[in-house]
Amino acid sequence: MDIHEYQAKEILARFGVPVPRGGLAYSPEQAGYRARELGGNAWVVKAQVHSGGRGAAGGVKLCRSEAEVQSFAATLFGKQLVTKQTDANGKGVYRLWVEGASDIARELYLGLVLDRKSERIMIVASAHGGMEIEDLAESDPESLRRMTVDPAVGLSEYQARELAFQLGLSGGQIAQMVTILRACYRAYRDLDAMMVEINPLVVTGAGDLVALDAKMSFDTNALFRRPEIAELRDRSQEDPRESRAGDLGLAYVGLDGDIGCIINGAGLAMATMDMIKLAGGEPANFLDIGGGASPERVVRAFQTVLADQKVSVILVNIFAGINRCDWVAEGVVQAYREVGMTLPVIVRLAGTNVEEGRHILAASGLPIISADTLADAAEKAVAVRQPLAA
Amino acid sequence: MAILITEKTRVIVQGMSGRIGQFHAEDMIKHGTNVVGGVTPGKGGSTLLGRPLFNTVREAVEATGAEASLVFVPPPFAADAIMEAADAGIKTAVCVTDGIPSQDMMKVKRFLRRYPSDRKMRLIGPNCAGIISPGKGFMGIMPPHIYMPGRVGIVGRSGTLGYEAASQMKALGIGVSTSVGIGGDPINGSSFRDILELFEADPETDAVMMIGEIGGPQEAEAALYARNAMTKPVVAYIAGLSAPKGRKMGHAGAIISAFGESAQEKVEILSAAGITIAPNPSAMGETMARVLSGRRAAA
Repeated sequence: MDIHEYQAKEILARFGVPVPRGGLAYSPEQAGYRARELGGNAWVVKAQVHSGGRGAAGGVKLCRSEAEVQSFAATLFGKQLVTKQTDANGKGVYRLWVEGASDIARELYLGLVLDRKSERIMIVASAHGGMEIEDLAESDPESLRRMTVDPAVGLSEYQARELAFQLGLSGGQIAQMVTILRACYRAYRDLDAMMVEINPLVVTGAGDLVALDAKMSFDTNALFRRPEIAELRDRSQEDPRESRAGDLGLAYVGLDGDIGCIINGAGLAMATMDMIKLAGGEPANFLDIGGGASPERVVRAFQTVLADQKVSVILVNIFAGINRCDWVAEGVVQAYREVGMTLPVIVRLAGTNVEEGRHILAASGLPIISADTLADAAEKAVAVRQPLAA
Repeated sequence: MAILITEKTRVIVQGMSGRIGQFHAEDMIKHGTNVVGGVTPGKGGSTLLGRPLFNTVREAVEATGAEASLVFVPPPFAADAIMEAADAGIKTAVCVTDGIPSQDMMKVKRFLRRYPSDRKMRLIGPNCAGIISPGKGFMGIMPPHIYMPGRVGIVGRSGTLGYEAASQMKALGIGVSTSVGIGGDPINGSSFRDILELFEADPETDAVMMIGEIGGPQEAEAALYARNAMTKPVVAYIAGLSAPKGRKMGHAGAIISAFGESAQEKVEILSAAGITIAPNPSAMGETMARVLSGRRAAA
């Protein structure tokens, strides 16, 4: 689960990371007021959306007057900000962060992630910050420094010091960097984060370290014990199709194609999408209905998939282990009647109670296209799809 | 012999009195698995499905000589249950639970490393379908009737995709020695490589079907092992060719976040290591059949 920059800065500041002074605004007037409140003669106005690449997308601007702050803010509010990390719809801008402009002498990169190889928290840092880590890994891989933290001991001061010297810091900056690194590590560990990123971490003209940007992402599996983090969820930043599916307990990821997928199991769902692609089609979504799918759950899955206007055909692929094909078949029949289906539906059933399931579909008299194998199902779906008029 | 579980393996179920635990324990017993008891704190002394219940894993191990445990404990308590099994002397634990926090799994892995190798517990999962040696026994949630006993090992992250492979092979007359689900979480107990090592050493396994997916470094690690240390052929399929970068595809671990984690990149790494790739998920069975017949012809 992602949170906004300002929320990440608030959290990290609480753990001891220095951040610029700033204020949150919900309107252009409030943005102007924040600038006045902060004082000074230059401010950075930043769109708060769950995406990187905001600067290049026009979501961040250095403003020299209160009027400029206010007029730039007016152009941002309510806008869908399209960055290179978002889809074509972009993310809605409903909050702005206004902070005093910093005097930047150097930009560093600092990130903490879960390293799946060592199964530890890994710190990644570079003396060259400011650009996306993916680009940095391509253009300047030599500059990346990595170290993993022993969870039994935590981040040792010597490790933090080593990293600080490697980044070319000196004097009082070493102690500041040690403080920042340990704060980030504690925030990561204590709040069940999955990612902490400060990019850029800047050295100011006065030689002090400040987190100019911040990003945090959290382990959704741990939200049950982090209610204060769970509260920060911002549904306006989520794909509405995915939010709705999540509320119904379905794992759903919206994609760009037109073949709606209802499948049990994440692996089989990915495999079915692959098969659709190989057959010349494009999946509209990933959807795992999970184990123990009741007819009601199947109906909800149909509603979720059909909420996407691009869908022109539905492919149901169930390999029942703890699921039962007869229940799934009943769900398909029920969904067909309840939603007044007009699109073609292809159903492939296998596993527990498969004969009963096929019988229910055949006896329903509905024009459901039955498929025997994964390949058969994908090919039939591609063959019957009704491409939207161009 | 198979790997990890046979008809002799003495199995307990942690969380047996729960709805899901009871349902699957019953199915396991029905299919010949040697379930010797269950553990539910507070229910020690009673019986369920004709098997004794215990308050702690330690009591269960002392009373029944259990060697393996199937963990059906909800996410907030699952890590603790796994560590309890390890401390009580269980040799193999299979955890089905989906939704364990990553940092809990970091803790579990570190805990397991405390033990000397002769006392170390092997963990399979979490977030997996379990393990089955067809005709002998199983620990997990898979439908046992889709597996035919035989000499090909299966190891995969996904449960249903493992069923798909087993049934494609069955349709072609190819049976399974053991099928192992290692689970879809970013931090798991046993890796592809760990299971490949067991299959390589198993005299009753001739070849391995490996089913990977996007995310994580384990397929690449397995490729290196297969190239350097395996004599048995491996067929692989990697799910997620059409998965977008940076999006979690159902499994917590199925997310492309680093170099080498996409399906395309993994396929390249595996082929370079001499592993035969099933070109699509409908061709897992036939690819294995081709590899096996080529091997017979060469022998």
